[in-house]
Amino acid sequence: MNSIEVRHLSKSYGKVNALNDVSFEVERGELFGLIGPDGAGKTTLFRLLTTLLNPDAGTAVVEGLDIVSDYRLIRERVGYMPGRFSLYPDLTVEENLRFFAALFGSRVEESYDLIAPVYRQIEPFRHRRAGKLSGGMKQKLALSCALIHRPSVLFLDEPTTGVDAVSRSEFWDMLTQLKSKGITMLVSTPYMDEASRCDRVALCNEGSLLDVDTPSGLVARFGAPLFAVAADNMYLLLQESRRIREVVACYPFGEAHHLIAGAGFSPERFAAALRDKGVTGLSIRPAVPAIEDMFIKLMGR
Amino acid sequence: MKNNFIQFVRKESLHILRDRRTMLVVILMPAVMLMLFGFAISTEVNDVRVAVVAPVRSDGIREAVDRLSRNGCFSFCGYISEQDVDVKLRSGEVLAVVVFDADYDRTLLQAEQNIPVKPPVQIVVDASNTNTASSAALYLQNALSAERPVPTVFETRLLYNPQMKSAYNFVPGIMGVIFILVCAMMTSVSIVREKETGTMEVLLVSPVRPLKIVAAKMIPYLGVSCIMLAVILLLARYVLEIPMSGGVGGIVAVSLLYLVLALALGLFVSTVAQTQVAALLVSAMVMILPMIMLSGMLFPVENMPVVLQGISCCIPARWYISAMRKMMIEGLPVAAVWREIAVLCAMIAVLTGVSLRKFNDKLE
Repeated sequence: MNSIEVRHLSKSYGKVNALNDVSFEVERGELFGLIGPDGAGKTTLFRLLTTLLNPDAGTAVVEGLDIVSDYRLIRERVGYMPGRFSLYPDLTVEENLRFFAALFGSRVEESYDLIAPVYRQIEPFRHRRAGKLSGGMKQKLALSCALIHRPSVLFLDEPTTGVDAVSRSEFWDMLTQLKSKGITMLVSTPYMDEASRCDRVALCNEGSLLDVDTPSGLVARFGAPLFAVAADNMYLLLQESRRIREVVACYPFGEAHHLIAGAGFSPERFAAALRDKGVTGLSIRPAVPAIEDMFIKLMGR
Repeated sequence: MKNNFIQFVRKESLHILRDRRTMLVVILMPAVMLMLFGFAISTEVNDVRVAVVAPVRSDGIREAVDRLSRNGCFSFCGYISEQDVDVKLRSGEVLAVVVFDADYDRTLLQAEQNIPVKPPVQIVVDASNTNTASSAALYLQNALSAERPVPTVFETRLLYNPQMKSAYNFVPGIMGVIFILVCAMMTSVSIVREKETGTMEVLLVSPVRPLKIVAAKMIPYLGVSCIMLAVILLLARYVLEIPMSGGVGGIVAVSLLYLVLALALGLFVSTVAQTQVAALLVSAMVMILPMIMLSGMLFPVENMPVVLQGISCCIPARWYISAMRKMMIEGLPVAAVWREIAVLCAMIAVLTGVSLRKFNDKLE
């Protein structure tokens, strides 16, 4: 049973093509990730699915309701947390929560069990103005407010952007916990490392979906030898590696560069060729592909 | 759902109460503006320095001068010779000179017997400030002819505002401006703020119709405006001593109508503007400036070129100010301002209609 079905959805702003013929499904109770850089069309997709925008072409269905004709009904059932902090900074934590509860005709007490795992962490600060919270606490408050009416689908647009690493990890723990309550979640993020926390991910770039699969499925289909290379002069290494014909792609990845090898690639010949170009201290070893490698490979295609 | 509405109003009230600047503006602005226009900026004449040229000191002339110097509006600077008139006026020692004819007494007698005469008094006024000059001239004429009828020479009567108090003129104008400022500008800015900060997106993705939220926004501003209305009316009545003989009920009723119009205007601005700055600019440039210039608050509409008169008809404040003048100063009952009320009602209908059509519950 699908909670979200997207069919050939397109949307453009004037001449800019924000979303180009996008199709995918999200199953009920699934934690689905939209991974892609800024400008990939993630926010546009969210605004279409939350019925804030109408598509130029294509259709989409959320909980069996059409995003154009049934938009009022959809608005009763979904929770939405936009990319930027969208609460009232001059109201306290508690006042924000009460207002959003009232907005959905509910009361905080009615949904307390659902939001408790998130809200309990910021409850000691409930009389503090929302504008004076830290980034991580703001996200927790925003999530509490998005959950207050027990939505069946939750749309989270870049919830972890601008939040420290510990809070990010905590946030994903909370989402996993919510999944156990049967809430379908569509989460977008520019951080590739967060993809592994999702059930399935869609890799998107420039308004199109590159691939949709489970994180392990994506990596398993990588299908090319991957190496981690390092040298004394990392920049020279990058420049020279990209000139070699058997190298499909070479890009910085953490402390080393990752190198996707093409047909006929041999590490020995590669090392010799680079030594001739004056690259010293070269090390080369096989690497395990991650989502980011898959993303770069798909983008290069 | 009724309970929710109270929650929305409560949230909006908190926004207003927590914004110190808004509160300060709301509390201080009406009082300061009223006092400023009522007392400091005045076109009425006080302590006009007057000198007198009298070739003879006849009984009639002495009596007239006596009357002038007893009048609180003038300070008598003594007799001067005819040659000194120009010098005294230029140096600014005096603002006006009253020149009596040698035949003053006889001419007055003739005038009383209805024999046509040429005016026996000349009033020379420094008109470098036209407002003061015309007021002073008028007042001098009044003072000189007040007790003794000089029927053939002139007869001017200043109705409704015999002392030409400028507060009478300004109070309706200030009310017109303040209510637009508070209702239209503040509501539009507070609606647009939600668009700008992104909270509007969250509000839209909820079962509540956005218009309900907007309506909830307006209520606290309406409340604030009512408080301001009370402050202004109290100050106007007891400090500036404006008669309001037409009945306070009518004044309040028409003012409430105008407040609703201002709120409709605010809603309209918020459908046009996307940012708070734009909302402020639209309010300030498109509403406040023409309102001050063209509403008849400062400059009489009747003296404007026809084109500007036409434009002024579209300015809500013009009709409100006109109604307020009639009711507060002329003391007419509500029935006498039916035309103004009709225009205000029509404006409310048009603005609300257009805003509701334009108000979108999607982002574009």
